[in-house]
Amino acid sequence: MTEIGLTHYLFLSVIIFTIGVVGIFLNRKNVIVILMSVELILISVNINLVSFSVYLNDIVGQIFTMFVLTVAAAEAAIGLAILVVFFRNKGSIHVDDINSLKG
Amino acid sequence: MLAHAIVFYFFAFVTIASSIMVISTKNTVHAVFLLILDFVSVSCLFIMLGAEFLGMITLIVYVGAVAVLFLFVVMMINIDFTELKSGFLNYMPFGLLVGLVILIELGMMAVSWKYKPDFIAKNPTSSAATSNTESIGLLIYTDYIFFFQLAGFILLVAMIGAIVLTFRRKDSLRRQDITKQVSREREDSVELIEVISSKGVKIND
Repeated sequence: MTEIGLTHYLFLSVIIFTIGVVGIFLNRKNVIVILMSVELILISVNINLVSFSVYLNDIVGQIFTMFVLTVAAAEAAIGLAILVVFFRNKGSIHVDDINSLKG
Repeated sequence: MLAHAIVFYFFAFVTIASSIMVISTKNTVHAVFLLILDFVSVSCLFIMLGAEFLGMITLIVYVGAVAVLFLFVVMMINIDFTELKSGFLNYMPFGLLVGLVILIELGMMAVSWKYKPDFIAKNPTSSAATSNTESIGLLIYTDYIFFFQLAGFILLVAMIGAIVLTFRRKDSLRRQDITKQVSREREDSVELIEVISSKGVKIND
């Protein structure tokens, strides 16, 4: 118990990933919380990559984490921009209202 | 070793508790603050692992940029967030079922995972000679320079995309249009008319 190994970090990452996925299911109406759940999933991936990188003594995992971080930041910026434009047009951020692309 | 374990469990507990509260809290502003707490404790875990540079980058990028962006958007959008929470319990059984299955699957992988005993690190992490930041820098500007540039390009595209999406030209604002000004001809605005005495001039406009 007192010896913290790779498995502990992997389990932490697994738990946060699951919380993120469940968050997407539970908050089906609030797009902002869905975006936050996606951020949670990405940070759990980061924990996984960093812990493997440290325990296998290979730094490439940490470099990959930086790229995941980049994509997460870009995704948040674009997602929130789309959200703002959607709110401006429809006056709501209800997920069920987002069906204009259905044609 | 015991202190290390206690610190790990503390940060892990804070991370898990705050992420559960992010997805379950009614107030979205509170959710953003809990997300910040989550990111801070994750970056503390990174620093504990020995990845100091990534810990700091996580702090800067996630807390400094992403979470503040979320906060701005939540405060800018003026709607009743509690209304959006309705139906939370309807989705609960299915969501928990899927979550449980994912948890079991990933947990099985985490328990049974064994790396090959002949694994040799091609790019060893910080030895005594080089710090964590230095070894990342040594690799990212040499072997991974293409990916590094590509990451910068992704950020550029995201920036331009966000600006283009949210930009709104106001019609009420009278802006200076230089092309229109320069291309203006004399004939467009001035006209010479022979005025007949005591008839006046009819101005057509």
